[in-house]
Amino acid sequence: MPPQAARSNRARAWATRAPLLPALVFLVAVTQLPFVATLVISLFDWNSLDPEDRAFTGLSNYASVFTDPALRESVLTTVLLTASVVVASVVLGLVLALLLDRAFLGRGLVRTLLITPFLLVPVSAALLWKHALYNPEYGLFNGALSWAAGLLGIDSPAQPDWISEMPLLAVEAALVWQWTPFMMLILLAGLQSRPAEMMEAARLDGAGNWQMFRYLTLPHLRRYLELGILLGSVYIVQNFDAVFTITSGGLGTANLPYTVYQTFYQAHEYGLASAAGVVVVIGTIVVATFALRVVSSLFREEATRA
Amino acid sequence: MTTAAHPTRHQLPPAARKAKRRSAALGLLAWAAGISFCLPALWMLLTSFHSEADAATNPPSLAASLTLDGYREFFGGGGGPTPWPPLINSLSASVFSTVLVLVLALPAAYALSIRRVRKWTDVMFFFLSTKMLPVVAGLLPVYLFAKNTGMLDNVWLLVLLYTSMNLPIAVWMMQSFLSDVPVSIIEAAQVDGARLPTVLARVVAPVAGPGIAATALICFIFSWNELLFARVLTGVVAQTAPVYLTGFVTSQGLFLAQLCAASVVVSLPVLAAGYAAQDKLVQGLSLGAVK
Repeated sequence: MPPQAARSNRARAWATRAPLLPALVFLVAVTQLPFVATLVISLFDWNSLDPEDRAFTGLSNYASVFTDPALRESVLTTVLLTASVVVASVVLGLVLALLLDRAFLGRGLVRTLLITPFLLVPVSAALLWKHALYNPEYGLFNGALSWAAGLLGIDSPAQPDWISEMPLLAVEAALVWQWTPFMMLILLAGLQSRPAEMMEAARLDGAGNWQMFRYLTLPHLRRYLELGILLGSVYIVQNFDAVFTITSGGLGTANLPYTVYQTFYQAHEYGLASAAGVVVVIGTIVVATFALRVVSSLFREEATRA
Repeated sequence: MTTAAHPTRHQLPPAARKAKRRSAALGLLAWAAGISFCLPALWMLLTSFHSEADAATNPPSLAASLTLDGYREFFGGGGGPTPWPPLINSLSASVFSTVLVLVLALPAAYALSIRRVRKWTDVMFFFLSTKMLPVVAGLLPVYLFAKNTGMLDNVWLLVLLYTSMNLPIAVWMMQSFLSDVPVSIIEAAQVDGARLPTVLARVVAPVAGPGIAATALICFIFSWNELLFARVLTGVVAQTAPVYLTGFVTSQGLFLAQLCAASVVVSLPVLAAGYAAQDKLVQGLSLGAVK
């Protein structure tokens, strides 16, 4: 190739790539560089209240993360919280999506009602659950209990203090309420992309409702279920708002993001907090690797279709 | 005799009648599910219009008279602090970061969908992978950087961070919306001598415009909702609405009606944006993977 043509080729390739550069440079600077700094800080013993004593300690912060009972507990809490919220909201979301996948009067309105929990500002939702629903004295739950007891003629009904009696469940219930609509929306999109002819054919062949669901709908939904589970995990592993608002991480509800926040913002243990942060990243990478694989399989189909 | 062959509306065969009843029952069930899911939010709305005394009764008083006192108090009617500075901070952080996201993401999405740079899927996955990096992992260095450069408690720092938070989602969404524009039409326009601005305005914008608008709304929602960065990096001056909400309870004791009014006000912009972007919302949140 004559040098001139090669140069103009290169120029054209750059002209194609150039529009990508601002976004790429910005993202590397604002997200990747801080993480590298976190990696470096995690190798130091560094308490900001005692900055003179900053010293390189290698991996000992990581050893502390895994041996400190409080931190270990928050790893366990994170796993429990994420898994239970994701599973419960996927199951509920599937039921709701199946209900909404059929024509009935006011379907659009019901869909709007159902996605409302997802559209409340997370802090508002958490405050709503903590004060307007769970409050032992005038929360809606205990109010409804005493109203129902009144109907039955019971004078002093049980008035549980929901948050202190079942703290983790209280946080999980609020999160399930917020995330179920998200799962429903994804699964509804999946249901509505089922090939109509195939459903028709199965119906004509005499397949019952359950058979259609088991052998056609569920396999078709598999990728949407995976997508919902994995994206839900990636978002919920990082949850901070609900834990911070409802229990302030007390009573065994501190998950890793809350613990990292507390370790550096309140305990000023910079090195330890960074190590815990890196552990969160490793955990997320494990989940995200699966997530990326699922998304990429959906994406590849689209790419070949285009 | 002929009813089975020509079923009228009133004389359906038993199987069809059964199916119709079942379908009506499932419709009712869907309504019940929708209402019970929305109930806590409706309860918050109702409580926000009650007086403090009526809000704190057990069992709840449904017949209590309605008042705007909760809202009046929240907006500083009782001589308390007004929520305007945090609301304005949230608005500016969300709007400016959304604009910045669009400025950065549109060219990138254009290159990825219409021009199709080589290895474009790799680039797409790089964008996505940054979204999988938990925010807590970069928070401390950002805090130290802000502290050393005097940028703590500054809305512009939030604008930068929210932009990085939303940029990957925006690139993914817009890539999928711009891919809907048929390349053949673009090429035809170019053959006819149309230049890039004309092509963008006449061909790309009409097809991809609604999707781009939905992307902007979703970025706005995420920025408006954000708590962790705002909580750590702002103090008095740049405090955002969610941070104000969390502090609102402890600083003034608990006034339930007022708290509900506050939650309603802070959620309103998101509810409006979310209902508007309803159809595209799921596509955005699943990073464009579900159409």
